[in-house]
Amino acid sequence: MAPETKISARDVDFYYGRTKALKGISLDIHSKQVTALIGPSGCGKSTFIRLLNRMNDLIPGSKVQGSILMDGLDINHPKTDVVELRRRVGMVFQKPNPFPKSIYDNMAYGLVIGGIRDRDIIEQRVVTSLKKAALYDDVKDRLHDSALMLSGGQQQRLCIARCLVVEPEVILFDEPCASLDPISTRKIEELILELKQDYTIAIVTHNMQQAARVSDYTAFMYLGELVEYDRTERMFTVPKERMTEEYLSGKFG
Amino acid sequence: MNISDTAIQTTGKGMGLVGKRLRTSDLVQALGFACLILCVLFALFFLGSLIYFITAKGISVISWEFLTSVPRRAMTRGGVAPAIVGTFYLTVGALSFALPLGLACAIYLCEYSPGTTVVNIIRLSINNLAGVPSVVFGLFGFAVFVKMFGFGVSILSGSLTLGIMALPGIISASQEAILAVPQSYKEASLALGATHWQTIRKVVLPTALPGILTGVILNVGRVAGETAPILFTAATFYTRGYPDSVFSEVMALPYHIYALMTEGTRPEVQTGIAYGCALILLALVLAISALAIILRQRQRINYGS
Repeated sequence: MAPETKISARDVDFYYGRTKALKGISLDIHSKQVTALIGPSGCGKSTFIRLLNRMNDLIPGSKVQGSILMDGLDINHPKTDVVELRRRVGMVFQKPNPFPKSIYDNMAYGLVIGGIRDRDIIEQRVVTSLKKAALYDDVKDRLHDSALMLSGGQQQRLCIARCLVVEPEVILFDEPCASLDPISTRKIEELILELKQDYTIAIVTHNMQQAARVSDYTAFMYLGELVEYDRTERMFTVPKERMTEEYLSGKFG
Repeated sequence: MNISDTAIQTTGKGMGLVGKRLRTSDLVQALGFACLILCVLFALFFLGSLIYFITAKGISVISWEFLTSVPRRAMTRGGVAPAIVGTFYLTVGALSFALPLGLACAIYLCEYSPGTTVVNIIRLSINNLAGVPSVVFGLFGFAVFVKMFGFGVSILSGSLTLGIMALPGIISASQEAILAVPQSYKEASLALGATHWQTIRKVVLPTALPGILTGVILNVGRVAGETAPILFTAATFYTRGYPDSVFSEVMALPYHIYALMTEGTRPEVQTGIAYGCALILLALVLAISALAIILRQRQRINYGS
């Protein structure tokens, strides 16, 4: 009873100019599961998830080959509506990046740009999303204060909540805890486990323990190639590849 | 430097030598520091004495009448109100031309322009434009706006000429402010499904706005004080009343100072009035700069953590 596939990548190559950053990546991201991408710096894990919401479009001189399908939608097809895609595939970045606006305006942003004007609907969805991100109780009395007054961990949870407002199907996390302390990190991890009931999640992390704690599937990448992809508990107990075993046991990294 | 660094590390072996070397480097540092303070005091001295002399010589002619009435008796009596009004019109005119244009250019250059070579050439041209002497802008304005377009010597011609002169400054100030907006804000916006234009309008410009305003205001100060660009395009020596349309010629403070010092028959009275005008102009420009500082301060309050 394997869960159904949400995103399916086949033979994906990616170039920054002449540098080939991804080499023939094929992997399936399963619906309402957490998929972790691990591997040493520069292995292409961030590059890969940024393909899923086409954030790499911003990089001049970059090129994608191969196919990435989400529910049958060809993500890289020239006619695919990037705006629509990004509303379906949300992203949380390495460094918390709230806008220099109030907490409320940060939350409302995704709705306003989507053309929603009704204040009641906006307020209701803002509150719901803040609750889902376990941030509402922290901020309910200061929704109109600057988001930059929040602590790093709260800012990151705000970014998650901001992403939930537009009701995505998939959420991509690009090393979301890299700049956070252990307590904030634990809260984010708990939140990810909570969110996987409703969302398909892909998380890039250089922290193997984090991958073991939060993910159902783990992909190990090295120098632009996918070395091994399996259920997390199998990968961490009986890895098939020797390189995976060496990486997981800290022989290199 | 290296010698004294090593000397510090080997403290305890040759105390006498170490002590002496430290003392020499301390002395050099103290001397350098004193030089810097001296230079700062020197600069402050000139700034202070400028303000002092203009104020001392100009304050005696300032009165309510001087600020609010028209000049009389070949500029030896009455006030300079038309010149204040003229400077205001020219500045506002120049700004309403240069701000939208400059901002649009800056947005294009930062956000939309293609290959870097093109951008670099444009950037280089803009920087060169900033280096063009203001009297050349004046001649250009005369040839193009006054003669070719037939606007005559008028507020319109003068505003356009001043606007073109202010354009490079406004473009580069806006560019700096836009480029200072963190990439992470743009990524956050795009990742939420915003279009490029929505991102610019709702995230980039509001974040850059205080910086843009600061740059713009500093340029306004310069525009208000320039004489050469309006010499042949807008300014007149003497009007009895106030301008009634954009095609009227106007008096302007900087040009009025020039006229008072070079023309007329009663230099002893006129010089005093010129200092009065200089004081008003100085106050105007300082007030504008103060506004810029207040805006920057508000930016820090709004966006600082």
